[in-house]
Amino acid sequence: MTDVVTPAAGVAGTRATRRDIGIKRRYAAERRFRTYGLAAISFGLIFLALLLWSVFSKGYTAFQQSMITIPVEFSEQIIDPDNERATNPRGLATANYPLVARNALAKVLGVSPDDRPAMRDVNGLISDSVRGQLRDMVVSNPSVIGTTQNVALLASGNIDSALKGQVDLTVTEQSRRINDRQLGWMNQLMESGALAKEWNAGIFINGASSRPEAAGVGVAIIGSFYMMLIVLVLSLPIGVAASIYLEEFAPKNRLTDLIEVNINNLAAVPSIVYGLLGLSVFINFMGAPRSASLVGGLVLTLMTLPTIIIATRAALKAVPPSIRAAALGLGASKMQTIFHHVLPLAMPGILTGTIIGLAHALGETAPLLLIGMVAFVANYPTTPLDPSTALPVQIYMWANEAERAFVERTSGAIIILLLFLIAMNVGAILLRRRFERRW
Amino acid sequence: MNMMSEAAVEKALDQKMNDASHKMVGKDVSVYYGDKRALFDVNLNVRENTVTALIGPSGCGKSTFLRCLNRMNDTIDNCRVTGKITLDSEDIYDPAIDVVELRARVGMVFQKPNPFPKSIYENVSYGPRIHGLAKSKADVDQVVESSLQKAGLWNEVKDRLHESGTGLSGGQQQRLCIARAVAVSPEVILMDEPCSALDPIATAKVEELIHELRANFTIVIVTHSMQQAARVSQRTAMFHLGNLVEENDTDKMFTNPDDQRTQDYIMGRFG
Repeated sequence: MTDVVTPAAGVAGTRATRRDIGIKRRYAAERRFRTYGLAAISFGLIFLALLLWSVFSKGYTAFQQSMITIPVEFSEQIIDPDNERATNPRGLATANYPLVARNALAKVLGVSPDDRPAMRDVNGLISDSVRGQLRDMVVSNPSVIGTTQNVALLASGNIDSALKGQVDLTVTEQSRRINDRQLGWMNQLMESGALAKEWNAGIFINGASSRPEAAGVGVAIIGSFYMMLIVLVLSLPIGVAASIYLEEFAPKNRLTDLIEVNINNLAAVPSIVYGLLGLSVFINFMGAPRSASLVGGLVLTLMTLPTIIIATRAALKAVPPSIRAAALGLGASKMQTIFHHVLPLAMPGILTGTIIGLAHALGETAPLLLIGMVAFVANYPTTPLDPSTALPVQIYMWANEAERAFVERTSGAIIILLLFLIAMNVGAILLRRRFERRW
Repeated sequence: MNMMSEAAVEKALDQKMNDASHKMVGKDVSVYYGDKRALFDVNLNVRENTVTALIGPSGCGKSTFLRCLNRMNDTIDNCRVTGKITLDSEDIYDPAIDVVELRARVGMVFQKPNPFPKSIYENVSYGPRIHGLAKSKADVDQVVESSLQKAGLWNEVKDRLHESGTGLSGGQQQRLCIARAVAVSPEVILMDEPCSALDPIATAKVEELIHELRANFTIVIVTHSMQQAARVSQRTAMFHLGNLVEENDTDKMFTNPDDQRTQDYIMGRFG
């Protein structure tokens, strides 16, 4: 009896355990795999959070700017001592406006204009850019001469940094760029309400400046905008047309294989090589102007084309063959099949590829350095042929500046660039949604 | 009213079928995919107002032959067709024949329902629009309605013509594809296993539809189902290994075939 029962139970027992072990192991493998995935994602998220935190914590102060609002006396003796503004209006442009501002501040602080060391410290409180600010006021409206106006003057970069708490005030007076007397004045002005942090519109509007308080990404935004426009206008039609031809019309032979391999290779070519190509072809050979967003746009177009072609071809390939067969079977021509059915179905993929390519181009710096877009441009470019910079190049240039106040501005410019990228991606998603809803 | 009984209609159609000249004639048709030969000198005639079923085991060349009839094989890169196929005595592989026009005259329904991812209305109106068959909105509406009616789909979809065609059930989608083919007013409709992706109820509806369409169109259908061939066709052609084994009246084919291989296949001994 036992002989009969035991083997049967033994067999059942082994089979049962063997199964259990197998299943447990499989579930464990699955759990492990999920854990790896979660770990990878959390790792990525942590780094993203770190990056954003670092950029935003350093950069948000860039959108505030210290202003000193005081009554300024536009003294006729300083601005136009010979009273010849009716005959020689250009004289107004060269008057000693820093002195006007300095005197106004000295009056508020109760410093004697004859005390030269004190006056030098007073001068350190306000930005040199007040020269341009006051000059523009007077030139545009000479009637202010002889009157006293309340003017919001830009505080100097050092005061701005100190006010935002970015300067270490515990070190000795000699080793910081702002002395104790200036600090006292700063507190005095703050208490009287003359010195305050205000919304810094200048960072969006101003061009390049060696003074951080007056520097902005206005020129860079315009340059980047021109370049994106050129990239979009050139690379989307060329890229889509090339992909449609290669994917739908071109015969499959050695030559088209070669072209395909080359396009894939071009997508991997370092961007600096495109910069060199642009320098030698567009600037040296064709004689296009240096630092112009036109050249930048052309170089970025070359760089973006492979991305768009690869994305478009993938999107076209993903359209089910049954749709083509259906259209052809109804007697649609190849063109009609492609433009009525295949292309609309591929559109979301094409748009995504294009926007990714554009975003890539927007953040590209290296090729622009070579074609001279790393330049000090203070005036707005009116056409794509005028010198300009681009957002990432501006970030690169500010990151190289020594002043403390440029650190926050660098981060501020990064925030602006990120906002543009987010806006583009949101645009891509909205476009996708729109196209997808139509079916 | 000239109301004929259904049997009388059938009889008239059969009479017409036997009288009619051949709508399409295939003479010594061979097809090569690259170096591989898929069809060997097939001689097959398609009669007007007839449902011709092409049967045979997988890979026997029946779909290949079907796709020769509206030159869908042209879309395959390394495919070469030799021999002669005529439609109303015109050689369809003649360089003077426009393939677009040919496909408007010889429509096609595919194995898997493949409506365009557009509205039902756009699906049906697409063919007439590209061929300029209906100019005004009213004309297009008319064509859409009559095509959907012919495909037996009108009552099911008339209230949602502007909803997506891909939202229909499988059987409805296939009938939509038939309506789409019918809307171009072709002379011949080719069907490549139209029911293989459908359930029995949808299959029955499509078969019934094929039966009705016979009155206005010449139909060639590829099928794997012997019962379906027996139910819907008047003529049957049996393919095997790229050769046409036998072509005969369906009744004869399923009761007393001339060729042993046909007998074996129908009896389920191979294939």
